[in-house]
Amino acid sequence: MSSETRPPVGLTVAAGLGLLFLHLPILLIFLYAFTTEERTYQFPPPGLTTKWFAVAWAREDIWPPLYLSLKVAAISTALALVLGTLAAAAMSRARFFGREQLSLLILLPIALPGIITGMSLRSAFDVMGMPFSTWTIVLGHATFCIVIVFNNAVARFRRLSGSIVEASADLGANGFQTFWHVILPNLASALLAGGMLAFALSFDEVIVTTFTAGQQSTLPIWMLNELVRPRQRPVTNVVAIVVFATTFVPILLAYYLTRGGDDTAGAGK
Amino acid sequence: MNAAPPEPVAVTLPARGPGDRLSGLFWRHPKLLLGLLLAPPLLWLGVVYLGSLAALLLQSFYYIDEFSGVVVPEFTLKTYAELFRAQNLDIILRTVLMAAAVTLGCAVIGFPVAYFAARYAKGAWKAAFYLGVLLPLWSSYLVKVYAWKLILAKEGIITWAAEGTGTSAILNAVLSLPGIGGNSLSTSYIGTWVVFVYVWLPYMILPMQAALERVPVSLLEASADLGATRAQTFRTVILPLALPGVIAGSIFTFSLTLGDYIIPQIVGTSARFIGLAVYQFQGTAGNIPLAAAFAVVPIVIMLVYLTIAKRQGAFDVL
Amino acid sequence: MTAAVEFRNVSRHFGPVRAVDGVDLSIAEGSFFAMLGPSGSGKTTCLRLISGFESPTGGEIRIFGENSGSVPPNRRNVNTVFQDYALFPHMNVRDNVAYGLMVKGVDRVRRHARAEELLALVKLDGYGERKPGQLSGGQRQRVALARALVNEPRVLLLDEPLGALDLKLREAMQDELKALQQRLRITFVFVTHDQGEALSMADQVAVFSEGRVAQVGTPAEVYGRPRTRFVADFVGSSNVLPPEMTQRLGGPARWSSLRPEAMRLIPPEGAALSGQVTALRYLGAGTRVVVRTGGAEIGVLVPAGTAVPEPGASVGLGFDRAALHLMDEA
Repeated sequence: MSSETRPPVGLTVAAGLGLLFLHLPILLIFLYAFTTEERTYQFPPPGLTTKWFAVAWAREDIWPPLYLSLKVAAISTALALVLGTLAAAAMSRARFFGREQLSLLILLPIALPGIITGMSLRSAFDVMGMPFSTWTIVLGHATFCIVIVFNNAVARFRRLSGSIVEASADLGANGFQTFWHVILPNLASALLAGGMLAFALSFDEVIVTTFTAGQQSTLPIWMLNELVRPRQRPVTNVVAIVVFATTFVPILLAYYLTRGGDDTAGAGK
Repeated sequence: MNAAPPEPVAVTLPARGPGDRLSGLFWRHPKLLLGLLLAPPLLWLGVVYLGSLAALLLQSFYYIDEFSGVVVPEFTLKTYAELFRAQNLDIILRTVLMAAAVTLGCAVIGFPVAYFAARYAKGAWKAAFYLGVLLPLWSSYLVKVYAWKLILAKEGIITWAAEGTGTSAILNAVLSLPGIGGNSLSTSYIGTWVVFVYVWLPYMILPMQAALERVPVSLLEASADLGATRAQTFRTVILPLALPGVIAGSIFTFSLTLGDYIIPQIVGTSARFIGLAVYQFQGTAGNIPLAAAFAVVPIVIMLVYLTIAKRQGAFDVL
Repeated sequence: MTAAVEFRNVSRHFGPVRAVDGVDLSIAEGSFFAMLGPSGSGKTTCLRLISGFESPTGGEIRIFGENSGSVPPNRRNVNTVFQDYALFPHMNVRDNVAYGLMVKGVDRVRRHARAEELLALVKLDGYGERKPGQLSGGQRQRVALARALVNEPRVLLLDEPLGALDLKLREAMQDELKALQQRLRITFVFVTHDQGEALSMADQVAVFSEGRVAQVGTPAEVYGRPRTRFVADFVGSSNVLPPEMTQRLGGPARWSSLRPEAMRLIPPEGAALSGQVTALRYLGAGTRVVVRTGGAEIGVLVPAGTAVPEPGASVGLGFDRAALHLMDEA
């Protein structure tokens, strides 16, 4: 008997359909951004126009949420980069008591449903009488972004030959010189990838945010409101494309920064 | 390089500044450095995250005064007792059933993709498959949900396609199914289910693929050599070995469905799910204790689920 | 004269595991010292104790008379050639070699000039711009060597540096390392599990077994007069004989060793010791003939050009009485 090397036709078709299922819906958003129909989701669109991009640009209620989303994503990513890298460095150094528990603690904010993280923070703010602000949103976002940076950094630390750190010390470098000249250059692309994924995740996050934002509006919350109570549907489509692009580009970059290794970014969202 | 013996350099070099002295301190006390590395992330996660979870538990043991609508910070099991009222039990049951159906859907649709990617895709195709799953995983959640609102709308692409192909009768028959049908796909349980499956599918494919990639080809060949048909090999060799991956993936699909409140709000009937209940109780109703108690339900369900999954060896492929 | 490196009753225990257990050693300045032993025998841990990547749990290590107990690795004037070379993947070869000078604050022009000198020393002139990934195994090994020499260490530690090279290259590098050491007169401490490598390069060999030093001596001493069965067995392919066998060969009732090359095959008639050939192994320069006699198997090296008996043939064993080496302990 020969081993099977060619895939069965049924499997190929099923796999192809599965991939199409994953991608076609997203493409549809692009089409709808150009429709002339304003009130319904009519398909096929009765006509095509580019005017909605101009309309969206002129809408003043879009800019503050966009600005807030970018600000939150930037601060959360910066915090996650520091905290995630520190945790990964500690993990790579030694086996210590509570190591397993720590990795579980880091994983928990994305392993448990977002609504739990959100509701927990909401409860805590309520208990402490803390008013909602940019920082309440950041508290939530940084918490679930840590694991993204951590995963990327820990994989790179594992691949990094432990002896190059020793070689550096052996040649006379102190810990700070070793970090600056040897660890950081080898870690940089993994951190960049982790940072971009964290940024994309934060920029797009809506579930935790609705619990920590109060009356503030991030771009995803703005979009959610438009979905529940639509005003100008094609404008929402344009914003959807912007959100999609803002998350898509960093993901693609992160993939290319880390591909080829066993630590390709993003496998563990 | 001269051939003479090296001029006598000191054996121990002097410390040059604070960097050297601090490094020396860390070298003599490795635990100190470890502690300094661990302290910031531990403090953050310990205070912000675990602290919040504690606050959640605390709130769930408070209750709301029915007349004034004010939260009374006194210990009570009254709020938890409310979960057992018929309408709230309905919400929990509905959510768990949906999560199970979504998990099953993801496993069935995702398996061919994962199996093909793990076994037959090579080189550039493999990368394309990987990226083909990764990009939908990471692209905007809200945009993905929104796309389905467009697709499932009564005037949307599905209705159009059904009319164009003369299959409207089938679509109408599906929509008239009792319990899960509805006025249109976007206002039926079927619609909610489809969107859930779509959004969580990559979370199922990736761990399944990881598990299947660990099945050595030689094992499959051995099975074929022993005279097994493809169907037998699949059932007796591939499926059992892929099971940990399916369970790992199901942890995500199950947990994510339990906690989601956006999808049922946008696509589906107006019936509530756990997530929506939490959201509404803490928001418009201002009943934080009941919202907190509701949020504890998915935690308990997931703890039970994880305990079972751990016994099946699902964590090895995470 | 103070020893370059001195171990005084040094132990390194990892929990219940005694990686190094009460080692006393003295490594003379300017010598080529080999630490030989199977994996897990504690030789690499001893090397890491000298470089400072491990700290002793007992005893003390003196480097040129100074207790190194509180000196971190970066302040020890001791450098290492790592087993996997540990070249910095993001730096080119010149920056790799110049690294030790860079962290000392030597300016770019001077450290690059020095790096080029060292690359010339290891015969890698013109390779400065390349990245480690573009080099062959042998070339990486030379870069690692040049990098470790840039700080002019008083002691150079080499951790199985030739282990990853193929046979031909390994032999060439053995000669080069030996020549380099004689030229630089730096103390080389060399860890290996390959007894041929240790015997051919070192002035002194320490044989490690289970965290302890089984024997220290010149290659000739360790090879010709093993102190224990372990040393006799591990260094070379000696016949280890139990007391009763030693007695039959005319010695006292003690364990002994007998080198295969010290024995010869003679006609069985009238021989004091005879037996049957059970196995042959062709070695190129000769053939190892295994003879079963009196319940023991004894190897005999028959030089090339001499007639080799068929398996099963009866042969007599002749040997030089002086070659029978009695061991101190079992």
